[in-house]
Amino acid sequence: MGTNEIALYQTMVLIRRFEETVNELYMQGRIPSTLHLYIGQEAVAAGVCSALNLDDYVLTTHRPHGHALAKGVEAKAIMAELFGKATGTCKGKGGSMHVGDIRVGVFPAIAIVGGNVPIAAGAALSAKMMKNGRVAVSFFGDGAANEGDWHEAMNVAALWKLPMLFVCENNLYAASTPYKAAFNIETIARRADAYGMPGVVVDGNDVLAVHRVAQQAVERARAGEGPTLIECRTYRQCGHSRSDPRTYRTQIEEAEWKTKDPIVNFRKYLLEELHVDENSLRQVDEKVEADLREAIAYADASPLPAADDLYSDVYTPTSEGGRHA
Amino acid sequence: MPKMSIAEAIRQGIREEMRRDARVFCLGEDIGIQGGFGGAFTVTLGLSEEFGHERILDTPISEAAIAGLAIGSAVCGMRPIADVQYGDFLFEMMDQLANQAAKLRYMSGGTLSVPMVMRAPVGATGRGSQHAQSLEAFFTHVPGLKVVCPATAYDAKGLLKAAVRDDDPVLIFEHKLLYGSKGARSEKGALSPIGEVPDEDYIVPIGVGAVRRTGKDVTIVANLLMLYRSLAAAETLAQKGIEAEVIDPRTLVPLDKNLILDSVRKTGRLLIVEEDNLTNGWVAEVAALMADEGFAWLDAPIKRVAAPDVPPPFAPPLERAYVPDEQRIVDAVLSML
Ligand SMILES: Cc1ncc(C[n+]2csc(CCOP(=O)(O)OP(=O)(O)O)c2C)c(N)n1
Ligand SMILES: [Mg+2]
Repeated sequence: MGTNEIALYQTMVLIRRFEETVNELYMQGRIPSTLHLYIGQEAVAAGVCSALNLDDYVLTTHRPHGHALAKGVEAKAIMAELFGKATGTCKGKGGSMHVGDIRVGVFPAIAIVGGNVPIAAGAALSAKMMKNGRVAVSFFGDGAANEGDWHEAMNVAALWKLPMLFVCENNLYAASTPYKAAFNIETIARRADAYGMPGVVVDGNDVLAVHRVAQQAVERARAGEGPTLIECRTYRQCGHSRSDPRTYRTQIEEAEWKTKDPIVNFRKYLLEELHVDENSLRQVDEKVEADLREAIAYADASPLPAADDLYSDVYTPTSEGGRHA
Repeated sequence: MPKMSIAEAIRQGIREEMRRDARVFCLGEDIGIQGGFGGAFTVTLGLSEEFGHERILDTPISEAAIAGLAIGSAVCGMRPIADVQYGDFLFEMMDQLANQAAKLRYMSGGTLSVPMVMRAPVGATGRGSQHAQSLEAFFTHVPGLKVVCPATAYDAKGLLKAAVRDDDPVLIFEHKLLYGSKGARSEKGALSPIGEVPDEDYIVPIGVGAVRRTGKDVTIVANLLMLYRSLAAAETLAQKGIEAEVIDPRTLVPLDKNLILDSVRKTGRLLIVEEDNLTNGWVAEVAALMADEGFAWLDAPIKRVAAPDVPPPFAPPLERAYVPDEQRIVDAVLSML
C-alpha cells in the first residue's frame, strides 16, 4: 500500500480547520457547553487512521473530533452534533464528548478517562472470535494510562493476543497535570513490556512516522500476533477545554512546540522534499474550507430535537427478549 | 458577616479544618497544580500555597486509587478530604466505596473506622450523559455511608467541617450550578447563591434538615438545585394564595425524618423533588416513609417530581426537558389541591 501523502495532508488540515472553526463558533455562543480541541495532535489521528480499513474499530475520548474525522465520520454530522441538532451523529443526545458513527467503525466517544480501553479490547475480541480480520484502536491520553481500566485491558489484550492498537497520545499534560507529576517513568511505552506486548515511542507530530508504526502494528494484529502500545509524543497547542488560561505551563514551552507544528512541517516537506505543486495543496485547503462552510450551513439549517425525543433510544424498541413499553 | 459563594465557603471550611488538625489533607486530580484550576470547580484554589504539596496531593487520574488511598489512610489515623472532578466518576471507585469504605467498620465488628470525606459535583450542565448525573440516591442505598448535600454557603462550610470530624465515611454532593465558581470555570446558567458565612468555627450537624420557607398548604422537600427551583415555585404559588412549606433535607443519610413528618402533619400534602432519575430515587424513600408513618395526615396522594428515566441528554432543549423546572413543580402542587 503506497502512502497517500496528499490524503494525510487533507485529513490534518480538515481536523485543524474544523477545530479552529468550532472554537470560533463556540466563542460566538453558537455551540453550547464545552469543547476539548485537538489542535496540535492532528498527525496522530491522521497517521493511525490512514492505516485502518473502513470496518476497523476506533474508540476515542473526551477529545474525539480529530479521531472521528480521520476515520471518516462526516464533518457535517459532527458539526450538527456540536450544535445539539437532531441530524447530529448522536441526534443531539451526545454532544462534543460523545461523537461517533459506528457505520465507519467509530464508537460514540467515551468521556470517562480510560473508559474506552477495555471496550476496545472487547471489539478486538469480537474480531478474533468472528475471524473477520478487523482490528480495534483505542486512542487515549497520557492521563488515561493511570486508570485501572487501562491496566486490566492491557493485560488481557496481551494475554489473548487481541488484534488491537493502544494508541497513547502523550501530549505531556492531563488537564493541568504535567506528565512528571503523574508518572515515575520516562515513557509510557515501557509499560508494554510489563504486560508482554511491544511498546514503541514515536514522534506524534510526524504523520509519516506515526503512519509507519501504526501500519506495522496493524499488520501484527491482523496476523494474530497481538496488540501493540504506541506512544505518540505530541502537544495540545490549545487549552484543555473551554477557556483554559493555560497558566500551568510556560509560553516558552508553547512556542517551542509551535515550531514542531505537524501541519506546517508536513506542508514544508511536501513542497520542498516531495516537490508537490503548491497549487494542489491550495486546492486541498480550499476544498476543506468549502466542506466546513457546508457543514456549518447543514448544522444551522438542521432542526433541534423535539422535547419528546428525550424518551427514545433508552432501550431497543423491539428485541427477541421482549418488548419495552 | 462575610458573604461568599459555596465554592469559597467549602474552601474556607477545608482551610480551617486543615489548620485545626494536622491529620486533615486533600487529594484529587488537578487540585493543587501550580497555575492550575484548583479542582474542576476552583474549590481548592490557593490551598497548596498555604499547605504545600504534602497536604494537597495531586493524584494521577486514578479514581479507584484516590478512594483506596482515602480509605486506607483514614483507617490508619488520617482525615482525608478526597474529591472527584465530576460525580459521574464515583462509578470508577464504586468497589472502594460500596464494598470497602461502607463495610470495613461492620465487617471488623466495629474495630475499624473510616473517617474519610469524598466530595462530588453533580447536576446536568450541558456536558452530556457522562458529566451530568445526580448520584445521591445510589449512595443512600449503601449502609455505612453518610450522604450530605449542602445548598447554601453556610451549610457548605458547616457540613464540610462536620464531615471531616465525623468518624464514618461521608459523601458530600455539591451542585455545579450552585458553586459560584469564577473566571474560566464559571458555569453558564449558574445560580451561584451567595450567603453569609461566619468566620468562626461552627458545624452544621449531619442529619439535621432545615425549613427554608414556611407554609400551611403543602410541604415540598427538595435538595441542591431543586431547592431553589422549589422556592421559586413557592413564590409563584403564593401569588395564587397557596402557601408551600419548603424543606431542605441537607443530609439524606441520616435523614431528618421528623422535620418532614412534622411539616406534613401540618400541611397534609407532600411533594418531593430531585434532579436524579425518578425510579428508586431518594424521593421514593421519602414517599415510602410518609406512607408508613404519616399516612393518616395526608389529604392528597404523595407526588414526586424528578428527571424522567432516561440518561442525561446533551442538546439544550432536551436537557431543559430533562431537569425538572419551576413549572413542573407548580403543576405538581396544583394537581394535589
Ligand atoms: C474517569 C475520569 N476522571 C477524570 C476525568 C476528568 N478529565 C477529563 S479529561 C482529563 C484529562 C485527561 O488527560 P489525558 O488522558 O492525558 O488526555 P488529554 O486531555 O490530554 O487529551 C480529566 C482529568 C474524566 N473525564 N474521567
Ligand atoms: Mg494528555
